[in-house]
Amino acid sequence: MVRTRYAPDRGLQARMGLTVFLLGLVFVAFVTALVFVLIAAKVGAGAIIFFAVILGAGLTFGSLFWSDKIALSASGAKEVTPAQAPELHGTIDRICALADMPKPRVAIAQTDMPNAFATGRNSKNAVICVTTGLMRRLDREELEGVLAHEMSHVAHKDVVVMTIASFVGILAGLLVRFAFYGELFGGGGRGRGGNNNNGGGLPILLIVLLVGIVTYAISFLLIRLLSRYRELAADRAGALLTGQPSKLASALTKVSGAMAAIPTKDLREAQPLSAFYFAPALKPNTTTLSTIFSTHPSLERRLRQLSEISGQLSK
Amino acid sequence: MGFLDTLLGRSKPVQPKLDALFSLPTAAITLQAAMGLTPTGTGSVCFRPAEGRAFHDIESEVRELLAMGPEAAPVEVTKDSYGFTWLVCKHTSDEMEALVTDLHAVNTSLADGGFGPQLLCTLVGFGDDRGRKLGIVYLYKRGTFYPFAPLSGEHRDNALELEVRGQVGGDLKIEPDLSRWFPVWGAPGL
Repeated sequence: MVRTRYAPDRGLQARMGLTVFLLGLVFVAFVTALVFVLIAAKVGAGAIIFFAVILGAGLTFGSLFWSDKIALSASGAKEVTPAQAPELHGTIDRICALADMPKPRVAIAQTDMPNAFATGRNSKNAVICVTTGLMRRLDREELEGVLAHEMSHVAHKDVVVMTIASFVGILAGLLVRFAFYGELFGGGGRGRGGNNNNGGGLPILLIVLLVGIVTYAISFLLIRLLSRYRELAADRAGALLTGQPSKLASALTKVSGAMAAIPTKDLREAQPLSAFYFAPALKPNTTTLSTIFSTHPSLERRLRQLSEISGQLSK
Repeated sequence: MGFLDTLLGRSKPVQPKLDALFSLPTAAITLQAAMGLTPTGTGSVCFRPAEGRAFHDIESEVRELLAMGPEAAPVEVTKDSYGFTWLVCKHTSDEMEALVTDLHAVNTSLADGGFGPQLLCTLVGFGDDRGRKLGIVYLYKRGTFYPFAPLSGEHRDNALELEVRGQVGGDLKIEPDLSRWFPVWGAPGL
């Protein structure tokens, strides 16, 4: 049996593993810093941290649990039956049979923006959504490539991984906000008397603010990095699933070209969903700085990987 | 998928299960005895062709292989609208064993060439004098079978499908998840 044909990308897996590890490290460092603050501080900072943790955990859990409903209503997509969209269902049926996966629900969004996303907390609750603009622009095999990419997101449980990964960022962001307002309105203790409840010279809320900002910045970059790696992993798995990397590449080129031609104003409305999309809902930007903030790898990077896979398949 | 697979975003292409096909001749006898459905003698293997030279070479080899031999049956190649290839073998109604052997040859050639994950399903046709049509579909990745009975106008004869499930349940491993009984409209050999 020739196994090398479907060889996994160990380099990509190693980089992804390292990113996850670093995110974990940031989380541990963040929690440690908070514990120190809690030990040093009195009730004021403690309550703020407590509320941030509760709210952050609630937001994360909510967005995970209702991810399918949130994404569907945000994109205005409607679920369709096999009778309403026989071709789309037929293509997904075949991909599921090839990949040995349960069939997700299928939805269509009435918008000319060519894109697709998959969401849901597990493969049983998964929804796969395509826009009418995507179906209009792609031929059937290109559409199959995009759907296989989205099914790979479902198989890799990307919604769960990315939501949990964002937890530390959400928490840090909330804490920064609370500490900032706390500093503005509540931190008046400094003015009254000796103020020895801060221990050191710095007010405790300022420390919380700084820790939060640093954590938020680092975790933001790591999450974006992780998102780009997972897009590459989904491209790879999707291309191997259909055996047609070049079809996926051609779909990517078409979609990216069409996205670039759409007015920025319309794209901005789609931006909150960008991380779920097949292609980013933003104008392609060529500066090096924008690539490290991006949720998706650059078109060139994705095409390069797909042509490598194409080479592997024809060997 | 394990925890580490999820963490590292990896999924392996699923290898097909091939041997279960050989239980088809027994099921054919049951179907004929219990429901009067006889094999049409036509069977097909459906796969997603991979791009590139390697797959193309293997595909040609398979076709040559099937065309050789003393009892060579005519082989037809069709491409459906989803981009999948169907290799159709035509035997006579009483040559179920030979048909399954041919179908198995296609599978093993593809799997040995490293393209096992490209296999989608195999379909063997049945029919009776009342005009009922039935396909027994084998899902390579699940290793299970399901009945598919098309009616005119993209409707399915669910009653017939369920009746068949009851009859051949002892001979074949029937796919328990009904949502995976996907329709193969216009499949060659039906």
